[in-house]
Amino acid sequence: MPADHVEWIRREGRIVIVGASLAGLRAAETLRAEGFTGELTLIGDEPYEPYDRPPLSKAALLGMASPRHTELPHRREIDAKWRLGVPASGLDLSAKRVRLADGDEVEYDRLLIATGVRARPWPKEAEARLDGVFLLRTRDDATRLLQKLKAGPRRVFIIGAGFAGCEVASACREMGLQVTMAERAGAPLVGALGGVIGAVAADLQTENGVDLRTRVTVTALEGDTSGRVRAVHLSDESVVEADVVVVSLGSLRNTEWLTGSGLGAGPRGIACDAGCRAFDFRGIVTDDVFVAGDVARSPHALFGYQFLSLEHWGNAVAQAETAAHNMICRGADRRPHLWTPAFWSSQFRVNIKSVGVPPMGDQIMITQGSLAERRFVGVYGYQGRVIAAVSFDNNRWLEFYRRQIERGAPFPVEFPTMDRRPEGRQPVPADFPDPSLPTHGPTVTLSGYSPADQQLVFTPARH
Amino acid sequence: MTQAPLFRQITDFANRADPYPLYTELRRTPVLHEEEGGPYVVSSYYDIEALLHDPRVSSDAANLAASEDDGLGMGDETGGLPPSFLRLDPPEHDRLRRIANSAFGPPHQPRRIENMRGELDGIVTGLIDGFGDAREVDLVDQFAYPFPVTVICRLLGVPREDEPRFRSWVDPLVATLDPDTRRSADPEFVKTAQESRMQLGMYLAGLVEQRTKEPQDDVLSDLANSRGPDGAMTMMEVLSTAVLLLIAGHETTVNLITNGMLTLLRHPEVLGRLREDPGLSVRIVEELLRYEPPVQIVPQRTCITDIELRGTTIPKGSRIWLMIAAGNRDPERFKEPDRFDPDREDIQHLGFGSGIHSCFGAPLARLETQIALSELARRLENPRLVEDPPPYRPNAVLRGPRHLNVAFDGLR
Repeated sequence: MPADHVEWIRREGRIVIVGASLAGLRAAETLRAEGFTGELTLIGDEPYEPYDRPPLSKAALLGMASPRHTELPHRREIDAKWRLGVPASGLDLSAKRVRLADGDEVEYDRLLIATGVRARPWPKEAEARLDGVFLLRTRDDATRLLQKLKAGPRRVFIIGAGFAGCEVASACREMGLQVTMAERAGAPLVGALGGVIGAVAADLQTENGVDLRTRVTVTALEGDTSGRVRAVHLSDESVVEADVVVVSLGSLRNTEWLTGSGLGAGPRGIACDAGCRAFDFRGIVTDDVFVAGDVARSPHALFGYQFLSLEHWGNAVAQAETAAHNMICRGADRRPHLWTPAFWSSQFRVNIKSVGVPPMGDQIMITQGSLAERRFVGVYGYQGRVIAAVSFDNNRWLEFYRRQIERGAPFPVEFPTMDRRPEGRQPVPADFPDPSLPTHGPTVTLSGYSPADQQLVFTPARH
Repeated sequence: MTQAPLFRQITDFANRADPYPLYTELRRTPVLHEEEGGPYVVSSYYDIEALLHDPRVSSDAANLAASEDDGLGMGDETGGLPPSFLRLDPPEHDRLRRIANSAFGPPHQPRRIENMRGELDGIVTGLIDGFGDAREVDLVDQFAYPFPVTVICRLLGVPREDEPRFRSWVDPLVATLDPDTRRSADPEFVKTAQESRMQLGMYLAGLVEQRTKEPQDDVLSDLANSRGPDGAMTMMEVLSTAVLLLIAGHETTVNLITNGMLTLLRHPEVLGRLREDPGLSVRIVEELLRYEPPVQIVPQRTCITDIELRGTTIPKGSRIWLMIAAGNRDPERFKEPDRFDPDREDIQHLGFGSGIHSCFGAPLARLETQIALSELARRLENPRLVEDPPPYRPNAVLRGPRHLNVAFDGLR
């Protein structure tokens, strides 16, 4: 009696959420809001209750918010057992148990995995351990980095010009620090927004005094005798002296703990259906394991049913709400997660916002404002339709472009718009780098077609 | 008996006290176009929101087709001043609004509004103390009008004692916002409106000139001396902006406070809760902006190309009315929309508009109304309405009671 089973779960089932951050918290709240009265457990590897991460690379570094006080406001009482400071270490699908690193086990009737991502560390371990080398993902990371920046280092070196790297560069310049930033691609943000917009981002950095080095990689971090970082070696054989290095090389998905569990989990995340139900490694959908947030990859109707992994704040919230809803309702009442990707950033007081999936676009046209003024809306096109849009200091229009994307509106944009300049009359190539070359910072990953898609076309990895 | 077209009934004074049944009727036709040359009336929440973010929709009267001109021609109302940023499109709009914003609020003046809290408290206390031994007051004349006027004067740097002078210029300008008044405008009225704007401009020019020489801690000084990345405003732009801020800075708040007290007196249980918990004023003000927004209609939009909306094509150059107050009570968007419920979880109203023209003074209007309502609730003993409905102002765009007589047993 599946219907009765759902009713039983709602009343007295045990739900376990692994991952106590934004998605985990919002899922817990949604479960309670929708009438779940059973036992709820939240497991998190950090010792803190859920906190907000976007301020960590922005306001917190500027001293406008304490990294220790970015708690997420609770929308309602969730009456949960918290298992904080201990990561999950394994999953037994058939016994329905989550193993914890401290040896404990937690049983569930329904499981939600929201373990998110972590910062990709500097690959050479000895160099990564040097004093003065930082990652920026957690509250502790931000606290340590802020402390170091406040002490007035002579130069900060940032490896990787994705969104996080650019935001750190902006904060450091605002603090009056000398900054060098290195990027393997030709400009900052190219992986996320392409070369046309990347050129604008590059101007923004250099005009604000950042020593930007592109088309270079970092070959080594050099320490002094007491184990403090002192210089950075680059592939063009230059050496930059720096006493703080921020490694900003994107992220890794927290799925290693699921190795051998039989779940369809790997470096690209955990595959799930549009209703957030996880797939096992045979491509069969599970009934009682759900996924949400940065760690999930799910097919999206608007984007050719490609599996999308989104490291977006709004996606974490929306997907958590959908997953939670689907966990405690009958089949016919399930909802698909069809959130339109959107994210924002703030650098050098410029507000950057994007909707849709820019890296899927092959052309771009500036429909409002101008690149030279760094106030504009750019629209990305893919196979004759609008697929994404980005704005610099123009975010109030994006709502309109979101609707265009959702309607599959034709591209190029033929109709007149306010503040259309001559440069915006014709589309130009969006200039994304060859997808087989790694770049830093794309927050959207297209990870291949779904099994339901019949066309046999090879899509190279865009990661 | 033939009925007048719906859009004319909206502006008909007879329906001013309760236009909401008409709005319900309006929403049955998502894009209502009733007569040749008449406006395209849009009244559902999602459609209004979409048009407020649509880069094909202009606020500049110059984009209206010549045939769409109403009684008051587009050039006629300026009185020699250029249009304010409220009536401009990007990029000019953006430039002027950014400069104005740097004088008014974050990030350049992050605390200019918040720092006024103590001063606002003081003004409110003074006005309520001023009721003296009276046991009945007209809340509009004795409170809801003088409060925001005092505040905007203080903020801009306009001497409070000049209020009677500029009021005589402001009133005709506010009247030009009303579609009915515009339609029936006679040459005499047009002349008065032009002269009022010019007089007000000249009056402010005197103040601005003085602030250019001796800057003070006020918005006029900052506008006159703006030197940000967007450069400076011209003198004429400063004056247009100042006229806009002076008018918008109080005409709307008067109605928000008055509508607020009227609504609270009609919902005594909420008034009682507010008396116990001033913090509830935050939610009450948001719900008021949904339930009784002071700006009911945005009648100043047109499109720069044909726009298709719900199967209707709105031709390029047509006048569009966005029925904010109707959208705020759209059952497609809000559960039980006609119920005043400050406990609503999700109040994303259109009361301050949305998009690039969203209300510039929203932080100030919120703070003023929160303080005003919670203090009235706290200090008036057993307040009650003398007359329900109260008499209304004629304006259908900026809608609110002309008087609100309230009786009470004493002051706390």
